[in-house]
Amino acid sequence: MAEVLVYVDHVDGAVRKPTLELLTLARRVGEPVALALGAGAAETASVLAEHGAVKVLTADAPEFADYLVVPKVDALQAAVEAVSPVAVLVPSSAEGKEIAARLAVRIGSGIVTDAVDLEAGEQGPVATQSAFAASFTTKSRVTRGVPVITVKPNSAPVEAAPAAGVVETLPVGFSAQATGTKVLSRTPRESTGRPELTEAAIVVSGGRGVNGAENFAIIEALADSLGAAVGASRAAVDAGWYPHSNQVGQTGKSVSPQLYIASGISGAIQHRAGMQTSKTIVAINKDAEAPIFDLVDYGVVGDLFQVVPQLTDEVNTRKA
Amino acid sequence: MSLRIVVCVKYVPDATGDRHFADDLTLDREDVDGLLSELDEYAVEQALQIADGADDAEITVLTVGPEDARDALRKALSMGADRAVHVEDDDLHGTDVIGTSLVLARAIEKAGYDLVISGMASTDGTMGVVPALLAERLGVPQVTLLSEVSVEGGVVRGRRDGDSASEQLEASLPAVVSVTDQSGEARYPSFKGIMAAKKKPVESWDLEDLEIEADEVGLAGAWSAVDSAAQRPARSAGTIVKDEGEGGRQLAEFLAGQKFI
Repeated sequence: MAEVLVYVDHVDGAVRKPTLELLTLARRVGEPVALALGAGAAETASVLAEHGAVKVLTADAPEFADYLVVPKVDALQAAVEAVSPVAVLVPSSAEGKEIAARLAVRIGSGIVTDAVDLEAGEQGPVATQSAFAASFTTKSRVTRGVPVITVKPNSAPVEAAPAAGVVETLPVGFSAQATGTKVLSRTPRESTGRPELTEAAIVVSGGRGVNGAENFAIIEALADSLGAAVGASRAAVDAGWYPHSNQVGQTGKSVSPQLYIASGISGAIQHRAGMQTSKTIVAINKDAEAPIFDLVDYGVVGDLFQVVPQLTDEVNTRKA
Repeated sequence: MSLRIVVCVKYVPDATGDRHFADDLTLDREDVDGLLSELDEYAVEQALQIADGADDAEITVLTVGPEDARDALRKALSMGADRAVHVEDDDLHGTDVIGTSLVLARAIEKAGYDLVISGMASTDGTMGVVPALLAERLGVPQVTLLSEVSVEGGVVRGRRDGDSASEQLEASLPAVVSVTDQSGEARYPSFKGIMAAKKKPVESWDLEDLEIEADEVGLAGAWSAVDSAAQRPARSAGTIVKDEGEGGRQLAEFLAGQKFI
């Protein structure tokens, strides 16, 4: 059976959920061969094997951490040459997309980014994408070379599918460009203990109506009751109430959780662009005319300072 | 020595308008107003600030697009860029991102550069891969997704805020930089700037000027294809309740019914 190369996103050997989702999609197209790079690469093998990787290629070198992006492109190119895959799948993180794009040019292939679904087609893998603030759904293909496709988080279920997961070390020669951009320092983001925004099954977001950084505690309390990530609209971020890393929307992150709860967010097109593909949408807003209510499965017209704490209490009571 | 900065900008359909696909599954530009991609305004702003800090600098704004795309160049010129290059050719219709990066890279080389700056992504396609593609094609370092950027003594430094970490980066010029919307508010063009922009040169180049064959770009030359585009069905009207003191509990009931609690 044809092999599909899957680029592994991991933190010191802990594989991130979007990569496991990629393995589910990869199995629809062929046999997944995973590529894990950097510190802890070999430790990813067991979990990758449990989710369908027939082979795990690993490579570690100081270059992967000390320089930006290009060493990883060199490794992915080496893997493509070693495996001759029918497709290359990469998680749609900011870095993942950059790696995929550079690889595509190098190997003379087209690229499709931000797929939300993938299926086998007669002329190769067919990717589903969302366009124009998720108002359109498109089906796209790569028409030249080895299809390089990046896939957004929450695009497929994580499924166990035990496979051999044979570990092999991949020899990588670095290109002249590999050491072009030096990483002088790296400060890990402080963990909030909450799920990562783009990966979370539930996202609770606050906007202008939250009316102050201190009031985001109300949003966080609801998020914690549901085991959710916290998001913020651009208005809330620009006002300095919440970090930019949590911004949902056109200029922030796009999320597609099972449940999205918007509190005090009117629903401008720029925000909708980042959350419209959420499976279930709930909104709480004082303004009955707010455009967000056009999108909701359930909406409460009311004061979020009344509704949100009451909801949080009720969730906690039901879970107790 | 003069610092040559090329800022890549894109003319995009206004997101508040009604955007559609044309019959050939490219963007329908007939019924929608365009503008300079908001995320590219940050790139112009950072170029202006870097130029202010340099002994001598020249900022060229570059775009690839139809005739209307000149509006995006005018906006950037009125903010303070020195000159503009418009790559326009009928054969470019339907060019995908791989082809666009080829056209931009050739135009950047023809214009001459020490530093290329762009926004983090366009606000229409939102792929966010053009800066990396340009670095690959030009064979120079990529210093991308910066929320802070500075250039001094032929070296560019910046801060990249990623999902799991914040990184300080450094590369020697020439280099390709992209900046996020956190890099600093973009200035509004002044009346003086708008008047001055009318006198600034806008060069127009076509594929021949860039030594690119028609079949390397356009719909037929694209490396990927859109097979279908369907408007998402309108969401069926949801339940909307007015809070009469029980709104939170009613919402909890809904969430429990959907198995979220």
